[in-house]
Amino acid sequence: MDTLLNNLDIFTTGFKNTAILFIFSAVFALILGTIVGGMRVSPVPVMRAVGTVYVNTVRNTPLTLIFFFFIFGYPKLGLADLSYSTLAIIALTLYTATYVAETLRAGINTVPLGQAEAARAIGLPFVQTLSLVILPQAFRAVMPPMISVFIALLKNTTVAAGFSVAEAGAIRANLSERGEPAMVVLLWVAFVFVILVALLSALQHYFERKWKVAR
Amino acid sequence: MSSVLFDAPGPKAVRRNRWLAVGTVIVVLAVAGFIIYKFAETGQFSAVKWRIFTFPLVQQTILGAIGNTLQAFGAATVLSLLLGLVLAVGRLSERRWINTPCHWFTELFRAIPLLILMMMIYYGLPPLGVQGITPFVAVVAGLTLYNGSVLAEVFRAGIESLPRGQAEAGYAIGLTKSRVMGSILLPQAVRAMMPVIVAQLVVILKDTALGFIVTYDEILFQAKFFGSQVQYGSPIIPAAMVAAVIYIGLCLILAGVAKWVEWRMSHDRKIAKGTHMVAPADATIPQA
Repeated sequence: MDTLLNNLDIFTTGFKNTAILFIFSAVFALILGTIVGGMRVSPVPVMRAVGTVYVNTVRNTPLTLIFFFFIFGYPKLGLADLSYSTLAIIALTLYTATYVAETLRAGINTVPLGQAEAARAIGLPFVQTLSLVILPQAFRAVMPPMISVFIALLKNTTVAAGFSVAEAGAIRANLSERGEPAMVVLLWVAFVFVILVALLSALQHYFERKWKVAR
Repeated sequence: MSSVLFDAPGPKAVRRNRWLAVGTVIVVLAVAGFIIYKFAETGQFSAVKWRIFTFPLVQQTILGAIGNTLQAFGAATVLSLLLGLVLAVGRLSERRWINTPCHWFTELFRAIPLLILMMMIYYGLPPLGVQGITPFVAVVAGLTLYNGSVLAEVFRAGIESLPRGQAEAGYAIGLTKSRVMGSILLPQAVRAMMPVIVAQLVVILKDTALGFIVTYDEILFQAKFFGSQVQYGSPIIPAAMVAAVIYIGLCLILAGVAKWVEWRMSHDRKIAKGTHMVAPADATIPQA
């Protein structure tokens, strides 16, 4: 307990940065993922191909490697100076967006065929079929797996600790300078993550129960 | 599926789609071109930065690093499959003192970030007097605990998705609980869950890269080392490219193997069905 209370400053900054990484990456990944998911079911073959190549490439690349490229490689390119946190958010967004896109695509497949056919029958074009008819219904089915994607994102933010971002995963390195036992520190960090994940899972179960009977 | 969402394009839609296609190509080319231009401008393609990768010794080291990655992957795969099986069977046990701990174990280790788990093993255990913690042990143990828990849930879902009649038929012919599990439920569950299991194996392969952070001597670790050689112009971006090609290649090979296994299994079942219809009593047909 002392380890936590005596170093509350480092713990709170660490988890504050984790929250920042998580929230920004989640929002951007949701936007980018929806666009890519839409591209993957679009009527334009080139768009489908671009979406597929992006998803398959990034999903077969370890997140650590994407971080590696952005944190070590990006500064060498002489582009605008970005902080490590911003670069970490970019890396997490690019990685998570592929999972968001795939989840959305799976969700679109759960909507009964007749819905899309009915939308087409009354003359809706692709964008409106998707945004007015399919996606609102897919949303129910997508919510629980989407929360799983975000749980994974929350845990993935710790990778940033290996790349000089002062978030929760880096608390151990900071506190070992203060001579705190590594195990105790890490157990506290793990404990907070377990709580956060449990909260998200509870939300997931809530949505699952609430919408299960609906169709 | 995609064809259900839109009609066969008429003349107007064909024209619009063509414009959209051209627009997409332009955007993609612009992004790719900008990246390549920036790479070229900062000399990422210059011979100096790539020279280090032409030395046989460097190539051997990278091959060794790939070996280390595969070694961690192999060990973690075997151990997580075993742990997953044990935990899944434990969770389905009717004895509460077995299924409750198994339940908590899977929930706990799925919730802790894998990197934190590896750090706990690598930095946390040695001060407590645990001997022999190498980066390899930390990586494999972390991967096993996490993926074993995930696979346990996969196996359990597979077993629970089977019709109840399967287990009941087993009990009816007098098999014990463990025989029902081992000879009837698990084989079917594994077969049904094969795609998910293989997807998890790809995750294990990708997650070996986390070993980089706990100083395991794998691909990224060597990429960082060669990438920071100042006398060769700090070729960190060429090193990242080399690592990316290796990782994506390995993952695609694994995905290919998965496709093959799946095809083989579905093929197998057809043969099995066919033979049963022709010669139901013939039990000597080899399980190719």
